[in-house]
Amino acid sequence: MATTAALILFAAITTYAVFGGADFGAGFWDLVAGGTKRGERPREVIDHAIAPVWEANHVWLIFVWVLLWTCFPEAYASITLTLFVPLTLAALGIVLRGASFAFRKAVFRTRDRRNFGAAFAISSVLVPYCFGAVVGAIASGRVPAGGKAGDPWDSWVNPTSVLGGVLAVCLTAYLAAFFLVRDADRLSDESMVAYFRRRAIVAGVAAGLVAVVGIFVLSNDAEYLFDGLTSRALPLVILSAISGLAALVLVTRAIRRGARLAAVGAVVGVLLAWGVAQWDYLLPESLTVSAAAAPSGTMTAVLIATGLAAVLIVPAFVLLYVLDQKTLLPEESMPEPAP
Amino acid sequence: MALLTDALSSVALVVDPVPWARSQMAFTLAFHIILVPLGVSWSVMTLIANYRGIKRNDPDAMLLAQRWSKYMAVTFAVGAVTGTVLSFEFGLLWPKFMGQWGAAFGVPFAFEGIFFFTEAVFISIYIFGWRRLKPWAHFWTGVPIAVAGIFGSISVVAANAWMNSPQGVTLDSAGKVTDVDPMGVIFNDAMPLMAAHMVVAAYLVGGFMVGSVYAVGMLRGRTDRYHRLGLIIPFTVAAIATPVQMGVGDGLARWVYDNQPTKFAAIEMVTTTSSDVPEVLLGHLNSEGEVVGGIPIPGLASFLSDPSTGKSTVVQGLDETPEDQRPTIHEVNVVHLAWDVMVGVGTLLFLLTLWWWVAWIFRRDMPKSRWFLRAAAASGVLGVVAMEAGWTVSEVGRQPWIVYEKMKVEDAATANTGIWITFIGVVILYLGLGITTILVLRQMSRRFRTGGPSSEADVPYGPSDPVEAGSVDEADDAVDARKVPL
Repeated sequence: MATTAALILFAAITTYAVFGGADFGAGFWDLVAGGTKRGERPREVIDHAIAPVWEANHVWLIFVWVLLWTCFPEAYASITLTLFVPLTLAALGIVLRGASFAFRKAVFRTRDRRNFGAAFAISSVLVPYCFGAVVGAIASGRVPAGGKAGDPWDSWVNPTSVLGGVLAVCLTAYLAAFFLVRDADRLSDESMVAYFRRRAIVAGVAAGLVAVVGIFVLSNDAEYLFDGLTSRALPLVILSAISGLAALVLVTRAIRRGARLAAVGAVVGVLLAWGVAQWDYLLPESLTVSAAAAPSGTMTAVLIATGLAAVLIVPAFVLLYVLDQKTLLPEESMPEPAP
Repeated sequence: MALLTDALSSVALVVDPVPWARSQMAFTLAFHIILVPLGVSWSVMTLIANYRGIKRNDPDAMLLAQRWSKYMAVTFAVGAVTGTVLSFEFGLLWPKFMGQWGAAFGVPFAFEGIFFFTEAVFISIYIFGWRRLKPWAHFWTGVPIAVAGIFGSISVVAANAWMNSPQGVTLDSAGKVTDVDPMGVIFNDAMPLMAAHMVVAAYLVGGFMVGSVYAVGMLRGRTDRYHRLGLIIPFTVAAIATPVQMGVGDGLARWVYDNQPTKFAAIEMVTTTSSDVPEVLLGHLNSEGEVVGGIPIPGLASFLSDPSTGKSTVVQGLDETPEDQRPTIHEVNVVHLAWDVMVGVGTLLFLLTLWWWVAWIFRRDMPKSRWFLRAAAASGVLGVVAMEAGWTVSEVGRQPWIVYEKMKVEDAATANTGIWITFIGVVILYLGLGITTILVLRQMSRRFRTGGPSSEADVPYGPSDPVEAGSVDEADDAVDARKVPL
């Protein structure tokens, strides 16, 4: 049962990384879109793309937290105790981001829009960096078991965490660029399709380079993870690399079908490889999944809740998706809804 | 590192985290709870207006429903981000609490997640659907928002109720949770009345909050049918909820009398066990623990605790509980004052709803007096005050326990000594957030007023309007109402 719960938790993290990640990445492109005039059109496309989905994307994060503290309370206590600083920054960033995005749409003075827009965009980079650093801290075994605090600074200011943070920012930007190509395509805006296509290529190359550098970082700084990645998780690493290359080829040749899927595959591959590499540790080398598990009564309740969620929420999302797709005129084009 | 720590503590950078953690949790919850009534009950008011709009072909009601759904989207967004912060804070501020009790405390949240998801998706559909769905189909997409709001708040309150009545857990000799009975956790003894009290409060406070805005509008001379309707719909919701709340609250107080005698003693400021206990209005305990000041009403506290035995009902005093297991004198004073404020303001609001019902029964119209409008204009803020006070009674009255008679707050907190910094950061951020939310809502309202039917681009997930946001389009849209008030 602990394994099932861990798999659900991991699936939730992956879903959040893909949908929430694309959402954060859109904020990254908003940040680097340039001045008010030059960045206007890209920002419009970005706005269109994430407006209806950003809230639903956040629910995944809450779902991750709830699963973690309910099914693996001891691990949650250790993580929050040790990684107080990056998690606090992430929480404040999320407030700033969500609120600024909502407000940017509600105000109409250019100056106000610019201020809210900047707050939104900067926090869109800060939050994934923090989450990446948190993952790096966990994966490199810097979070001790037993509800004890690890080092408050070194736990997240270290080579693996920096790698995690930078990689997270790259991957969110990478994903977002692919999603935005498609959104611009649906808006029938060819210049924006080309604009985000260029960025998808740059982000893809950057993410690839960071990943290659990462291999060396991990071999020195996170041996357990490195061993896992180079043995049982190796097929996933390769799969991720192939997907990433395929996505690059497709986007370079301006082939519309499949590019986005391949990009998602590359990101999911990285996450799965991480999960498999540190299995069956929840906190590598100090706390295993089964040792961290809550009593079976709790697990049963969580599995029932997850089943109910699948029954109730999936149709709701499908409804949103269908309504969205079916009834729109091209020029009113809507961004596509979450999952 | 030790040297650095010493240096830091000498400049008071290292401070006891417990009071700061409590302050931060209290502040962020106090902020979030204001958005809760809007999230839970505004959708219902919107649906009432929507129903009326379709059924009676009433354009004013329809316009209200449309605008309310747009405001709702903004307040829901702010509620969603402040709610996310709470999910971080459980761990960041109370890691030991979560580590030990997460397996039980988390169970209601697993179900809350479902309702929150449902709410988020259907709010999106409802707001998108105005132009794109047939009227009745669109109406029905709003219903899940209302249902999910009720069940979502019940789930969260179930977790809070569990802290007051921690059932459904089996502990080993070391105090570690070895088995959890999820039904026992969710349907703990405190849950039914606490959940009912909060859900009814959401309708009461939400009704008064929304209604008060239109009362202000009418006081300023906007007495058209639109504003009347904007007052009548929410006020009727509140006027139904208020009398119900008196009954539910009374039941909950008696539950506390039976199950949490120490909290009850703090509420009634009873120092020693006795019968014929007076209900003391206001007043406080001095440092010696004696009641000072206030207006005593002889025997009333005993009578209300159990009317069947009347004034001879015995109320347990604070001194029955060891000093380290009961609220401090200062906390007792806070609880008692908060209790008086909640009951006092609640009674005022009840009188206001009486006025409302009397006018409707005898004159078939809402009260005409300007004094009624003035009171109604104040009712939104008063409702929030009563709700915050009631929540203070519940939380401070439980002290020093975080899990009643099982874990103390001081044993639950993080050891991080930098909490005071995050507390200051959070206060500044939230003040900015609160002020901006109000400014944005006001700006939307002004735009609606001056511009007639507006676009759907006002809300975070409203469908994007092709003319929105663009100097390219601006020239073509010189008449676009949205630009007028600026």
